[in-house]
Order: sequence, then structure tokens, then C-alpha cells
Amino acid sequence: MNYNWNWAIFFEMSPEGTGTYLDTFFWGLGWTISTSMLAWSMALALGTVVGVLRTTPYPWVVRLGDAYVELFRNVPLIVQMFLWYFVLPELVPKAAGDWLKQLPNASFYNAFIALGFYTSARVAEQVRAGIQSLPRGQRMAGTAIGLTLPQTYGYVLLPMAFRIIVPPLTSEFMNTVKNSAVGLTIGLLELTGRARAMQEFSFQVFEAFTAATIAYVMITITIVLTMRWLERRVAIPGFIAAGNATR
Amino acid sequence: MAMIEIRNVSKWYGEFNVLKDCSTTVDKGQVVVVCGPSGSGKSTLIKCVNALEPFQQGDITVNGQSLCDPATNLPKLRAHIGMVFQNFELFPHMRVLDNLNLGQTKVLKRDRATARDRSLELLKRVGLEAHAQKYPGELSGGQQQRVAIARALAMDPIAMLFDEPTSALDPEMINEVLDVMVALAKEGMTMMVVTHEMGFARQVAHRVIFMDEGSIVEDTSKEEFFGSPRSERAQQFLSKILHH
Amino acid sequence: MLGEFDFDVIWRSLPYLFKQGMTFTLTITFTAMGAGIVLGTLLAMMRLSSFKPLAMIAGGYVNLIRSLPLVLVIFWFYFLVPWIGQWITGAERPVLVGPYLSSFITFTLFEAAFYCEIMRAGIQSIPRGQVAAGYALGLNYWQTMGTIVLPQAFRNMLPVLLTQTIILFQDTSLVYVLSISDFLGAAAKIAQRDSRLVEMYLFAALVYFVLSYTASHYVKRLQARLAIVR
Repeated sequence: MNYNWNWAIFFEMSPEGTGTYLDTFFWGLGWTISTSMLAWSMALALGTVVGVLRTTPYPWVVRLGDAYVELFRNVPLIVQMFLWYFVLPELVPKAAGDWLKQLPNASFYNAFIALGFYTSARVAEQVRAGIQSLPRGQRMAGTAIGLTLPQTYGYVLLPMAFRIIVPPLTSEFMNTVKNSAVGLTIGLLELTGRARAMQEFSFQVFEAFTAATIAYVMITITIVLTMRWLERRVAIPGFIAAGNATR
Repeated sequence: MAMIEIRNVSKWYGEFNVLKDCSTTVDKGQVVVVCGPSGSGKSTLIKCVNALEPFQQGDITVNGQSLCDPATNLPKLRAHIGMVFQNFELFPHMRVLDNLNLGQTKVLKRDRATARDRSLELLKRVGLEAHAQKYPGELSGGQQQRVAIARALAMDPIAMLFDEPTSALDPEMINEVLDVMVALAKEGMTMMVVTHEMGFARQVAHRVIFMDEGSIVEDTSKEEFFGSPRSERAQQFLSKILHH
Repeated sequence: MLGEFDFDVIWRSLPYLFKQGMTFTLTITFTAMGAGIVLGTLLAMMRLSSFKPLAMIAGGYVNLIRSLPLVLVIFWFYFLVPWIGQWITGAERPVLVGPYLSSFITFTLFEAAFYCEIMRAGIQSIPRGQVAAGYALGLNYWQTMGTIVLPQAFRNMLPVLLTQTIILFQDTSLVYVLSISDFLGAAAKIAQRDSRLVEMYLFAALVYFVLSYTASHYVKRLQARLAIVR
């Protein structure tokens, strides 16, 4: 292979003139992390609500929750981002549309909102599965000591369901970080976008992509270790959750 | 005075008629044992008493309050009826003590110290105060069921419902649970007990109800039931149960 | 605004959208599914192999791919494949591959990592006694795998494999970053040429939704049927 490796490229100024290539990488990392964290918080909150709704005893509420999940799960994320970014401003009244288009960091808001809704449907699916995996008697036992339905969810069902679904939520969290890269299609300069820009400006393809790869692997390792620690911390003695015996 | 009154209750799962026009009463201080072959509807009937299972026809009143009356506050009513389940249904993510505290603090609005004192007192009574800080998964089945009884008692119930409390237990653990139940019965607790433990029925029951295919076939005093059951099905059932 | 919604632009571009765009989308979906499942199964067998280096190579590959965004992997292969081509053929310069062939290679290699994890779970779900019974009959490793373990694993995992394929179908829309005219790429081209973003993107969303929803509905029914048979 006669590729010219040049790792020193990272210390050269990027043509944008605001810093070295390495600086632009860290900004990209910053956007990746902030987009993912905001989207993930939003997905956890919304997904828990929708997941709970889908296990309530009210058929029309369940159907509404199902429709929500199907809607956000069956359209590719990139298309959803296009809808938020290009289509929504055209569908709202003109003044609101113009305001949306002129928002600073519009691609950031659109990316995390699109990603948040998209991920929330997948979280909702996990939360529903977690609740439904609990013995039916648990709900009855909560009801039998006089807890209301919201109290039964809050004190009995959700604490157990969340412990059970830590592993699938870990992969959803990782998916959120990875999916934030789709934001580059609407102009978000996150990690992959920065690598792509550096490749275009400097032609040092493999250095750029190697750096991005290392960053993603580090993020993945951090998430896996954090979630493993969390799983151990909330593990219940005498109860085998998520396949690991705790005693 | 009737503590629990079940009047002409019928229930269907889709096409399937699980309860057929069931009527009976449990007076204050009475112990009523409900028995019958599996699938006879006895568990469903007892779950109807605190409205854990809905029913389509008839009415049930508990302590003068009708379950069908929209004005009845169901959570509040349930809080006064203790229920013990076949599979214990302790909350696995809470310590034993917190299992007992939950209903007291969240439903009865007791302060934590009062709830704690009451819980420890009840754990002592079922002989498990040493296990207060353990998780349910660390206890044996018999111990878990005793905790479940203590959890129900912590709500100071006016009546207790037992849904096959010993049928998920290993044989050597059945007696420790029955002992607690016998003691309760002797103190004058109103109890409705679905069980196959005929020894328990002989010892403390006032009345025995025999169910088959969703209907109450016999509803008699203990003496009559064990002396000379009137229905053929009940005789067959008894001979099977007592020979094993 | 909906009053100005131009259905005509959709109508006019239907032949282009489906004959070109959707044909490409489905071709890459099914190619990557077929090749990805074969490669993924091999990777799964490697990961479960008692020969440690083999297990480590497969495990490393799968874990690396699974921690990277698909967009980044698409770029990686787009630039890497020409160099690999040169290395294999011994040519003077990087081989010209082009976005189409490179995206086929990318999706096959990328999805193989995900199919691998599914097949690994499937193989592990087969009781060890089945393998023992195969060896006891005198079958060798490949015969035991091929006639006893893999058919059962594949059957058990069929709904999950198909669900992954629906995800793959949606993921193919990301070839947009290579300016390929897949279904979304075709829609985007018309959208920009005729300044009809609202119509084209809403229509694209609708088509993806209908296809994915229908497919996942059939997978659910299949799952229910398999559950009864078992």
C-alpha cells in the first residue's frame, strides 16, 4: 500500500481557521455527546410513559401507545430527521416556520428531537416488555394492599421492570450515540461529520476515520462499564436479574 | 353480622362461565374454608371479594360497602382486606421490612416510625424479626409466605383472604404457615381461605364451601361437611384429598 | 401548507422512485440479508469455537462493528475498499469501486455482525444434548452443525432475523450520504430539483412506514405460528 500516513495532520490548522483539526474533533465529540444525552433523556422519559400506557387496563390507551411506537419505529431515522428539519417549518404557520428556520443551531435541535422521539419508541417497547415479564400477581398484590394504579406502577412494577431491562436499555443507549451520526445529513457537525470534513479538506482519509472510530469505541466502553456498574448497584440479593446470579 | 356478603355473582371469561350465580356470606369472626377441584372457580371467587377480578353479574358487599357502588373507594376498601397469594407476591426489590411498610406509609399514611414499629411487631409475631433487613429472595418459601401474611396484617385488616396459601410450598414448610393461620383464626379474625388443607379446616373452620365447575355446591357447617357431605362430587373430592 | 400540496409531483416521479430507487433499495436489502446471514452464521460459529484465536478475531470484529455508527462504516468502506482491492489484485493504484459496489460490501459486512449475534444466541439455545446426540451417531463437526444445530437455530431465530432485516431495510436509506439513488436518494433528488421537499419527504416516509409496518406485522404472525408449533 502506498498511502501516505500523516498523523501530524491533527495539529495543523483546519481551513475553517478556528483551530487545529484536533480541536474540530473535540467540538464534534461535544456535539455527539450533547445530542445523544439530550435525546436519551427525552427517550427515557417519553418511552417510560408510553411503555406504561401500553400495559394499562384501558384498551384505547394501549392502542394509542401502540400507534405511537409503530409510527416512530417504522420510518427510517434519516427520513424522520428530514421531516423535522425540512418539512415541519413548511407545515406550521409562516411566521413560526421562519422562526424555526432561523434558529441558531437548528440542526442540533432537530437532530436531538428526532433522535429522542425515534429512540423513545424503542425504549417504550422495552419498558412494556419489562412490565409484562413480571408475574401478574405483583400487580394484584399492589392493588390488594390498597395502592392506586399509579402507586402500583411507581413502587412495585417499574422498579422491577427497569432492573430487568438494564441490558437492552444499555444497547439502546449505545444505539442513540451511534444514531446521532445521522445528524450529519441535516448539517450537524458531530464526530462523523467532522471526520468526513477533515477527509474532504486534507485528504487524510484514514487518520480522520481512525480517530472517529477510536472515539466511538471509547464512548461504547464507557457506556458498557457504567451500565454494568449500575446493574450491580441495583441488583437485588437473592434475585436473579438479567442472567447474573448475585450471590 | 355479615362481614362479606356475596350475592348471585356470575363471571365470564369471554364465552367461558367461570362463576355461576354464587351466593354466600362470611360473618364477623368466622373462618370459612373454600375447597374444590382445580378449575372450580374458587380462586376467582376469592379475588372477586376485593375486586381484583371484575364480575359481570351480582354484587358483593364488604363491611356494608358494595363493590359495585361507584361511590365506594376501592383502594381504601382493599386496604382493609388483607390478601395472601398462592405465590406470595412479595415485592422482590424491597427488603422484608419495606414490604411491610409500603402500604402503611403510602395508603394508611402512617409516619415511618409508627409503620416500622408495627412492622417489627408483626414480624416478631410470625417469628421472622431477625430477617427484617433481608430481601424476599433470601428467604425460604415458608418464610416468604409468613412475611406476606405479616404484610397483610400490617394494614390492620377487618378480614383476611387466603388464596391457596400453602399450595406453592414444599411439604415441610406447610405447617409453619398453617400455624400462623391457626393462631389468627383463634384470635377471632374473619377469614376466607381457599385451601386443600383439610386438617386446617377441621381444626379452625366454622363453615366449609365446596365449589365445582363455577358453582357453590355445598355451603355447610364443618361438622356436617366432614360428617356427611350431601353431594356426590364433594364425597369424591374428599375421598381423594383425604387418602393422599 | 396542505392547500398547496402537489400530488402531481409524486405521481409524475413514481416510475423513477420505484423502478430506480426502490429496486436498488430492495436489491441491497436482500443481498445484504442473504450474504449477511451466511457470513454472520460463520462468524457465530467462530465466536463459539473452542479455538481461542478464532473466537477472539470474530468477537473483536463483531464488537468493533457494533460500536460504530453505520454512517461512519459506510464512509470507511467507501474509502477502504479501493485500497483493499489494490492489495488483493496487486494493481498499481487503488481500484475504482464506486459507491454502488462499495455499499453492497458495506451492508453485507456491517449486518453480518448483527446477524452473528442473533445466530450465536440461536446456536446457544439448542440443548447441548443435541450436539452430543449428533456426535454419538458418528457425525463430524460440520455434519452436526449443518444437519442438527443450525437448522434448529435458524428456525428458532427466524422472526428475529427477519426483524433485523426490516431494520436493515430502513438502514439502507443511509446510502444517501454517498449520493446513491436508492428510494430516499431518488426522492431527495426530485425534492431538490422541483423544490417539493414537503411532498417528497412525506411520501417517502409513508412508503417506508407502509412497507416496514406490513413486514413487521407478518413477522409477528410468523412468530405466533412458530410459537404454537414448538
